[in-house]
Amino acid sequence: MKKISLTLIGLYLLFLQGYSQIKQQYENIFQAKPLKIEEINLVTSYYTQNGTHSAVTGGGTSILGVGTHAITLPGSEQLNDFSNMLELKLVGYGETGNKHTILAGLGIDHHTAASQKWISPSGASKPEGTRVYPSVNWTVENTDKGTEFGLGSYYSHEYNYTSFALDGHFGFKNKTGGEFGVKASAYLDKVSLIYPSDDSTIFKTGTNNITTPLDDFIIKTNASRTTAYYGGSSSQSEKQSIPTTARNTYTASFNYAQVINKSVQMAVLFDIVKQDGFLSLPFHRVIFNNHLERIEKLPSSRTKLPIGLRLNYFMGDDVIIRSYYRYYTDDWGLTAHTASIEVPYKINPFLSVSPFYRYYTQTATKYFAPLYQHKVDAIGNPVDTYFTSNYASSAFSSNYLGLGLRSAPPGGFPNTYLASFEIRYGHYVQTTDLNSNVISLHFTLK
Amino acid sequence: MKTTQKIFYLLVLVVFATSCETVKEYQKNRLNDAEMALAARKVEKNEQNFQSYKEGAAGANGGKTGGGCGCN
Repeated sequence: MKKISLTLIGLYLLFLQGYSQIKQQYENIFQAKPLKIEEINLVTSYYTQNGTHSAVTGGGTSILGVGTHAITLPGSEQLNDFSNMLELKLVGYGETGNKHTILAGLGIDHHTAASQKWISPSGASKPEGTRVYPSVNWTVENTDKGTEFGLGSYYSHEYNYTSFALDGHFGFKNKTGGEFGVKASAYLDKVSLIYPSDDSTIFKTGTNNITTPLDDFIIKTNASRTTAYYGGSSSQSEKQSIPTTARNTYTASFNYAQVINKSVQMAVLFDIVKQDGFLSLPFHRVIFNNHLERIEKLPSSRTKLPIGLRLNYFMGDDVIIRSYYRYYTDDWGLTAHTASIEVPYKINPFLSVSPFYRYYTQTATKYFAPLYQHKVDAIGNPVDTYFTSNYASSAFSSNYLGLGLRSAPPGGFPNTYLASFEIRYGHYVQTTDLNSNVISLHFTLK
Repeated sequence: MKTTQKIFYLLVLVVFATSCETVKEYQKNRLNDAEMALAARKVEKNEQNFQSYKEGAAGANGGKTGGGCGCN
């Protein structure tokens, strides 16, 4: 009996010891861990474009004024843009085991644009600009339940445009390899009313500080004006004098991703986008068939409905097929199809080369006509209520193709913090004569 | 949309919806490959920006739907 009792006590103590170790391990697993930097991403990109249909000059090379006062505005869309984006990813765990991820980003773009020079008809506008855009995003994930929730904010500023955005997102995973996500975002933008004129009487400020253009956006066709417009100045006092107007974009995004098998996964993506406010740009000219000059005039509301499908297939051991299709329609009469394919080929486990091709086609909006094609009535007023000569609203198709190279050795590059490196070049041709080149580099540090 | 197109899309959906198989975590090495991500990669960010500025369509995981001007 004594032996049995001692054996039982021994077993009890053994069990107790074992249990305490399990408990200790359990506590260690769910011990809160402070946020620490998991990775740093740096994306740098150089973009250059050429074209002949600048919206600033009315959709092509145009002539303002008559006789000795006439000046020619070249329709060049020549533009160079150098952009850099730094993103920090911080990860930590709360006391309940929830994973917290913070993405903090800062982007700076600098561009030079030939058309920007012609915002003032004198050609004295500043032909360059800088955009700064910080962002922060927080996500909390319950890995046991497969749910996540997050909030984000974004700010962007350039000389004629300021944007502030907030978003919230929620997602959950099911047990059959499906993942559903929904995101709501609101962009609250301010457009500076920089008209293509040095004549400030083109707009007025009402009693509620609401700024409206005079004379239904008429630009006075006085080609002799030579004073540089204040949009090209860096003077603070002059900058403050530029009135702004609101442009808001509200987006509800839904996506469902599904694992099909060990090598295939797909996602269906759907957005409902509602825009309101001032959707024109004040320095986009429209020149009518009688050479009347006005700025583009577009409705104050737009609803966009894009739906996309992604399907990725890991074929064999070395080849991945990334495919994407999108159908887009909106209430301005524009419908578009986008299809792209990228085929990363793994030369070895650390290095892959990725040729890609994208085809895009769209119809014109109801409000588009080329330079000198918008009509006026017998007394010289525009026939249409809304009008634009911006070729982004025209009917066209485009081809984009290029090559990427990605290297990501397991454990990163020896003796450095560099975990992966990617370079990608693409050439873009639009049937409107626009063509561009872009080269991008992406470094991930860990 | 033409009836044949509708039938085609429906068939595609039916084929995928009915052929999913359960994949264990340890079987996801291919699915978790960085190049299998069901989203545009960071290196594509600037490409998507210029495309959304120079084209009429954007969104549905193919470029942002708001913010920034792209005026030139």
